[in-house]
Amino acid sequence: MSHAATENRPALLDRLREALPKIVLSPTVAIVAIFVYGFIAFTVYLSFTNSRILPTFDLVGWKNYENLFKIRAWDIAVSNLLVFGILYIVICCALGLLLAILLDQRIRAEGFIRTIYLYPMALSFIVTGIAWKWFLDPGIGLEAVVQGWGFENFKFGWIKDRDMAIYTIVIAAVWQTSGFVMAMFLAGLRGIDSEMMKAAQIDGASTFALYRRIVIPQLRPAFMSAFVVLAHMAIKSYDLVIALTGGGPGTATEVPATFMYSYTFTRNQMGIGAASAVIMLMTIAAIIVPYLWSELREKKQ
Amino acid sequence: MGFLDIKNATKSYGAVKVLHETNISIEEGEFLVLVGPSGCGKSTLLNMIAGLEDITSGEIAIKGRSMNGVKPAERNIAMVFQSYALYPNMTVKGNISFGMEMHGMPKEQREPRIAQVADLLQISHLLDRKPGQLSGGQRQRVAMGRALVREPDVFLFDEPLSNLDAKLRVDMRTEIKKLHQKLGTTIVYVTHDQIEALTLSTRIAVMFGGYVQQLGTPKEIYDDPANMFVAGFMGSPSMNLFPAKIVASANGSAAEVALHGGQTAQIPFANGAMSAHQGREIILGLRPEAITDKDGADRNSQSVHIVECPVEVTEPAGSDTFVVTQIGGKDVTGRFRADVNVKAGETFPFAFNMEKAVVFDPKTEDRIR
Amino acid sequence: MSASSSASTGNGIARFILYTLLALFCVYYLLPLYVMVVNSLKPLSEITSGGMMSLPETLTFAPWQSAWSQAQVGVEATGLRPYFINSIQMVVPAVALSTLLGALNGYVLTKWPFRGSTILFGLLLFGCFIPFQIVLIPMARMLGLMGLAGSVPGLIFVHLVYGIGFSTLYFRNYYAAFPTELVRAAQIDGAGFFTIFWRILLPSSGPIAVVCIIWQFTNIWNDFLFGASFSDFDSQPMTVALNNLVQSSTGVKEYNVHFAGAIMAALPTLLVYIVAGRYFVRGLMAGSVKG
Repeated sequence: MSHAATENRPALLDRLREALPKIVLSPTVAIVAIFVYGFIAFTVYLSFTNSRILPTFDLVGWKNYENLFKIRAWDIAVSNLLVFGILYIVICCALGLLLAILLDQRIRAEGFIRTIYLYPMALSFIVTGIAWKWFLDPGIGLEAVVQGWGFENFKFGWIKDRDMAIYTIVIAAVWQTSGFVMAMFLAGLRGIDSEMMKAAQIDGASTFALYRRIVIPQLRPAFMSAFVVLAHMAIKSYDLVIALTGGGPGTATEVPATFMYSYTFTRNQMGIGAASAVIMLMTIAAIIVPYLWSELREKKQ
Repeated sequence: MGFLDIKNATKSYGAVKVLHETNISIEEGEFLVLVGPSGCGKSTLLNMIAGLEDITSGEIAIKGRSMNGVKPAERNIAMVFQSYALYPNMTVKGNISFGMEMHGMPKEQREPRIAQVADLLQISHLLDRKPGQLSGGQRQRVAMGRALVREPDVFLFDEPLSNLDAKLRVDMRTEIKKLHQKLGTTIVYVTHDQIEALTLSTRIAVMFGGYVQQLGTPKEIYDDPANMFVAGFMGSPSMNLFPAKIVASANGSAAEVALHGGQTAQIPFANGAMSAHQGREIILGLRPEAITDKDGADRNSQSVHIVECPVEVTEPAGSDTFVVTQIGGKDVTGRFRADVNVKAGETFPFAFNMEKAVVFDPKTEDRIR
Repeated sequence: MSASSSASTGNGIARFILYTLLALFCVYYLLPLYVMVVNSLKPLSEITSGGMMSLPETLTFAPWQSAWSQAQVGVEATGLRPYFINSIQMVVPAVALSTLLGALNGYVLTKWPFRGSTILFGLLLFGCFIPFQIVLIPMARMLGLMGLAGSVPGLIFVHLVYGIGFSTLYFRNYYAAFPTELVRAAQIDGAGFFTIFWRILLPSSGPIAVVCIIWQFTNIWNDFLFGASFSDFDSQPMTVALNNLVQSSTGVKEYNVHFAGAIMAALPTLLVYIVAGRYFVRGLMAGSVKG
């Protein structure tokens, strides 16, 4: 008996020790399995039920999705997201690239200027929203100020204008993130072999040609990363819209994120809210999954 | 049974076999060098001896005790890594004492051993510094100190000199050899540098493609290579290997070779060698020092043969001049005296010392004896 | 040499335009901050009379006082102070726990990899990018079941759960570059799993820990969605309370108080950015360019 015990105990301990890494990882695995993938499954399931104020489990097929696309507010939300997303990504990339190139010209106080361009990234979207909300408010903000300077006919009331309000969200969002895109491009620029730049200069390339023909094509990975980050931020953007316009005037600046929240929690249409969340997830997955796939594969090589 | 026995050891990753059945046995106090190009399996074998990698099949035993399934810390080995692997957050002293601490040795026993090792390696004045404040050579010494202080059965070195610059590498090489002679410990040493292998070892295992190509003393490996890989890998500049045909000649047999420009020449083998292989196509191997100018030829050799060869390139290297000609479509380098008067483009007498010739089968690349 | 020196000096006019452009962009980025600061220090009347861009004529700290301890947030006139405290109570444990777990995860994933660990990491990483709308409904239920609904511990839990992904990403990428030979040397020296982590890896993890802590701190402090979804009146974080303060439709809009409150909400993350901006940028980059 004692013989068996002494033989078994070290073996058991050894096996425990070997399993230790997996034991340490297991809480995370459990958390991710339940709170990410389990919850996704739960929401997907709900999107096929007639849940209202509380979850129910009566399946109704694709009805929520059919209804969703009949709701005008969802239509508005999707087209707003398209307008906002495209402008946001294009302007951020253009501005970010411009700033990065300007800063890459051996600028004095580069670090200081970079700090100024990037600080909005540290702020909450709520703070950004409030600052721009009052700054763009025609009653007290830009319009009133410029009129006060004597330009009586100056008008800038986009934030109160149903057709233009979505662009104010673009303005605020670009302000917040363009510095970050600048930093990504700057890192890309600094990663380019300086001997190649010298070679191009000796070949007689002008500064313009140097950037257009040699440098910018090599920033492809930075563009990819910027696109993925910005697209995913655009789809998730919720706080900024709430703080800046609250989705208004009316429903003029509704986006999928605000739509999902109001249908689920204030309008008690949980099934439809879940369906809209699933569509948001699918959209992001379509962008993120190929990106992660390629990043993780590259690493393996 | 030796001090360290490797019996039929193999290593596979899934379907890929990176180390084929390997058998090596060395005695206590030997200095075994595993040498080969990267990917040959030498580091894998070292890690298997250390217990850092599992052994797929076979057995590794130290002092007759099987090490299969024994944790690295319990094998009584010590290892010096290529990057030195000094713990960056600990002082030199902390680095050296960490292993003893982990084995539960009380502080008052550790102190004298640290002092002794530090004294031996002349790093006493560095004990309170962090690795980041040390030069490459100093780090190297600390890494060795950390290994020495454990007083292990076997020392394992994984390319310990490859991060040093050329000058320091030669100095440290000498130092390691002195240390081995002084302490007489058993060492297994991995390198891709054949000069390190030849200078340090008592025995060399030349590895390639997951196989031990040849196991032998440095002299055996250098003078008597088992195949074309060993012949080409060991020695610098490497052995000349060129095609030839064995033909009958006046007193035995000779190698018939094609010189540059279409002529052929016959170089007789030493005292009747290769007579059994007449008519056979072969690869002839001659080290550069066996191809010389006439006056530089080995006076003790009974079998030096002169052939007029067109000179392609001369490379003065200070103590010698390397002279290149073409035989059988291959560049062949001879080691001539530094002051020899030879120019590219002219034809010059080359002296072939056929006592040193080795012969290989062109297909199997194995030695023909 | 000539090529590089001509590029660096250029001609005077080009340099002048360059610096002017850079300065104009500085103005663009600083303008909202300027607006917030100057208007938080002037009486309401100066703002409503069209003086938003001017410096205060009468300097007053009353808006700050009001925003901190008197303004009406929701039902009670408590100011933002209790919510600021909520945010701190939420952020500190959430950041500490997610960083510690992330460090352990990164250690296992890089130094003790096993079959499928890369796929596991991929699944973990995807969790960083999901739109959190997809988990709002089940999480609300789950917090109810756990008895954490509408409480600060509930928010801590939520932020911990969804913060692990990024923490793990940071430490994994950092430890991937940490020489594995050190771990092997320690194994030969006889150190075990946790000893290696505590004695060898963790003491060298300072920089990445700072990056991770700053990232988590900024994200969790600035979060609005979870705060709005899972808190009660007395457990609201700062961002939610600030939004309530600004959006409340009753009474006169006290813009100066709103700006003061906004600065208060921004100050902690802004301070961190100013003090440790280098690490903040590193975190941003590592979170997007997973190289």
